[in-house]
Amino acid sequence: MGLLSLAIWVPIGFGAVLLLFGKEEQARAVRWIALAGSIVSLLVTLPLYSRFQNGTSAMQFVEKSDWIARFSVSYHVGVDGLSFWFVLLTAFITVVVVISAWEAITERVNQYMGAFLILSGLMIGVFCALDGILFYVFFEATLIPMYLIIGIWGGPNKIYAAFKFFIYTLLGSLLMLVALIYLYNKSGGSFDILTWHKLPLAASVQTMLFFAFFAAFAVKVPMWPVHTWLPDVHVEAPTGGSAVLAAIMLKLGAYGFLRFSMPIAPDASREWAWFIIALSLTAVIYVGLVAMVQKDMKKLVAYSSVAHMGFVTLGFFIFNDLGVAGGIVQMIAHGFVSGAMFLCIGVLYDRVHSRQIADYGGVVNTMPKFAAFALLFAMANCGLPATAGFVGEWMVILGAVKVNFWMGAAAATALIFGAAYTLWMYKRVYLGAIGNKHVAELQDINAREFLMLSLLAIAVLWMGVYPKPFTDVMNTSVTDLLVHVATTKVPK
Amino acid sequence: MIEQLSWAAVYPEIVLLVMACVIALFDLTVTDARRNRTFVLTLLTLLVVAVLTGLNAVDGKTIYGFGNMVVSDPMGNWLKCFSAVALMVSLIYGRPYAADRDMLLGGEMFTLSLFAILGMFVMISGSNFLLLYLGLELLTLSSYALVALRRDNAIASEAAMKYFVLGAMASGFLLYGMSMMYGATGSLDVNEVFKAIDSRRVNHQVLVFGLVFIVAGLAFKLGAAPFHMWVPDVYQGAPTAITLLIGAAPELAAFAICIRILVEGLLPLAIDWQQMLALLAIGSLLIGNLAAIAQTNLKRMLAYSTISQMGFVLLGLVAGVVNGNTYNAQFAYGASMFYIVTYVLTTLASFGIILLLAREGFESEDIVDLAGLNQRSPLFAGVMAIAMFSLAGLPPLVGFYAKLAVLQSLIASGQTLYIALAVFAVIMSLIGAFYYLRIVKVMYFDAPLTVTTVSAPGEVRAVLTLNGALILILGIVPGGLMTLCAQAIVATLAG
Repeated sequence: MGLLSLAIWVPIGFGAVLLLFGKEEQARAVRWIALAGSIVSLLVTLPLYSRFQNGTSAMQFVEKSDWIARFSVSYHVGVDGLSFWFVLLTAFITVVVVISAWEAITERVNQYMGAFLILSGLMIGVFCALDGILFYVFFEATLIPMYLIIGIWGGPNKIYAAFKFFIYTLLGSLLMLVALIYLYNKSGGSFDILTWHKLPLAASVQTMLFFAFFAAFAVKVPMWPVHTWLPDVHVEAPTGGSAVLAAIMLKLGAYGFLRFSMPIAPDASREWAWFIIALSLTAVIYVGLVAMVQKDMKKLVAYSSVAHMGFVTLGFFIFNDLGVAGGIVQMIAHGFVSGAMFLCIGVLYDRVHSRQIADYGGVVNTMPKFAAFALLFAMANCGLPATAGFVGEWMVILGAVKVNFWMGAAAATALIFGAAYTLWMYKRVYLGAIGNKHVAELQDINAREFLMLSLLAIAVLWMGVYPKPFTDVMNTSVTDLLVHVATTKVPK
Repeated sequence: MIEQLSWAAVYPEIVLLVMACVIALFDLTVTDARRNRTFVLTLLTLLVVAVLTGLNAVDGKTIYGFGNMVVSDPMGNWLKCFSAVALMVSLIYGRPYAADRDMLLGGEMFTLSLFAILGMFVMISGSNFLLLYLGLELLTLSSYALVALRRDNAIASEAAMKYFVLGAMASGFLLYGMSMMYGATGSLDVNEVFKAIDSRRVNHQVLVFGLVFIVAGLAFKLGAAPFHMWVPDVYQGAPTAITLLIGAAPELAAFAICIRILVEGLLPLAIDWQQMLALLAIGSLLIGNLAAIAQTNLKRMLAYSTISQMGFVLLGLVAGVVNGNTYNAQFAYGASMFYIVTYVLTTLASFGIILLLAREGFESEDIVDLAGLNQRSPLFAGVMAIAMFSLAGLPPLVGFYAKLAVLQSLIASGQTLYIALAVFAVIMSLIGAFYYLRIVKVMYFDAPLTVTTVSAPGEVRAVLTLNGALILILGIVPGGLMTLCAQAIVATLAG
């Protein structure tokens, strides 16, 4: 078994063991096994980092074997600079999520932990898959555990949220399935994504494929105006579900643009770039304003996610180094920061059982340590320099200014709105006098929560101060992708 | 003069016939209430038949017998093997339920099942219109009797009556269509009919006229809209154990008879019947999926789900011949066969769960009866969830690959119309996902209505677990079964 296979199947294996043999009564043992499983899963991804070679855009750690002979589908996995960091990010976030659920989840612990571990393996599979059907299988299979996570451990309106999540995302991906089968026939019977990258396609066909992929990925990102499922789902999902959804699942969509839409339909991508840019800027500005008026903390962070993901798609479709690399950096940074924001809300929710901003006030007085962490993550969310949030946004804005000054200026307003809604929320929740007796009774974070938030804080600061390891990995891949996209695939 | 070879083509059928009679007699000596000995003997018979047909299938030879009346080819043998296994599983799941409802006072359930499967075998291996019709009648007559097995139950009797009246009419359609074919071509032999039509010396109008009746008759047996009316009523009205008997294995035979008649006999008329099947498929997908949403009765919902799944099976048959070119045929029909086999596997699991939850004096046939199953039994809730996700066509479960294969065969045709059909099917399966998800929702998200734990006899528990696991395992490694179906169809088309 290669390293990538280990990264995919180790968490799934642990998850399956928990599902099959975990008992309701042994919650304690289940938690420790889940933690061990997530840590082992993270450890097996670390050799990837030391052995990854920068300076090439070729796929690395490639494994390929026949899977379904009838359709020449193969188990073909590999990573390049575009996908590499997401494997590690997913494994890392899973560890944090397992820690976060330690005390909050008391019912059916084995199913909860099992679902998250399996989900983790499936999402790593999405980032590694180099075969269309393998990609689709992983992409769709993630819906099942997430659906159950929202529906079983969610809030009062969980059933509506679970269905909305499932049906919304399924609609998009089914259209992608038709596109994948079309490409299979067009390429003479191959589901190999890298073969599709080289396949010449007429302009009209590219446009159709582009929009079929758009349907799947835009919903997943989510882009304005198909983002409406995200706030509903975030509000109802349990803390861990929200964290994984924001930190990783949204990235599956953005990653799809890089792996499918842009290289397979480069001409259509260039032709329709204005469309994506317009939607992205709308997300950045309009959804940023929507975030400002939210009364529910989770909703606020959900809208903020949509705005931040708008930066990512904007960066991709301005077609320069800074934009695309910035978009990817932003994806990773947003993984850390949004995950952390949701976990912070979870810390408060576990104690007060409310997500309404109005129910808090002056938390800093009773929970000083926690408030310090929350401040760091809030600053990262507004893109303060020396935090992870800054690097990606800065690169995308620079890239946008290179293309068109006003586009850059419009994108830059997001920094202002971001600061406005994040800091205003921070002020109302944490600062000032103690708002009510619930806040007065709050206990500061315990060692477990401290550990969980420190892990994320280290990541956020590290990425903000020293982003070089992140950008080094992706540079060559990004450059080669842009060269590829600039070349027409329309046959003469 | 009957050659040696003829016996080689039919010996599994002979074993079945002899054993059905033996078991009918033997059952007179059985006194215990659960009919243990009859049950075991029936299972052994089916096991032997499954092994015999399986070995024949692996052998891969095509043998004609009795003056080309019957054919034993890989497709037929695999379908026979699968239907024997499906019947075994159905009987294992159904016996505790039947015993609780006074349906095992005599051994009719077992003997009628054996005659039903004999009918299926004849349907699967017939190569003559008349013989195919006889097989179909043997199957349906046994089924009518099975549905009416609880004759003191008003709902079941009503279902049996509806089934019989509508079924007899459909058989009449089929027979009338066959007589048209005979009148036009002068033969009842499937291959002779093929040659006669292919020579283009036959009156096309008479053929198409007959074809309409044949397709209508087949659509009734498959339960495709607009000939689907009996499906929900019979599924709901029949005792659940019988619903499983008529809803699982016979689907394989219905598929086989479609291949025998439409493909082996009437392939030169493909342009005509493909259009009809496309309309039937559209109707089935539309009515099946939309009506299923409104159901509160679980069996009725699964009936509509069956109708919509049959739409997919028909879609596979639609795309075989493109512009007179049969290149796509092996893939398209192979996809349909894969679809129907996996559908039967999934149906067994879902009805197995319903049977398991039914207790003495309690039917467990409403969707709410599944509430909180996950708290009562995570294992069985898991099996049901796997079955539902598979029917919804979600990877990594086997139902996904079935849909993938059918969609691929449509898109491979390269026709805009067929690609549009594929998109339509995809949108319909999205609607379908909703009601399958609702079952999962009820089991996992709702609080249980009772706290009683689910108890199951050991053999039911083991088979059901294996059944659920198989849906998942075939979803992870679907290649083998897919190749098997494709090769079986290739051999049949060649033979």
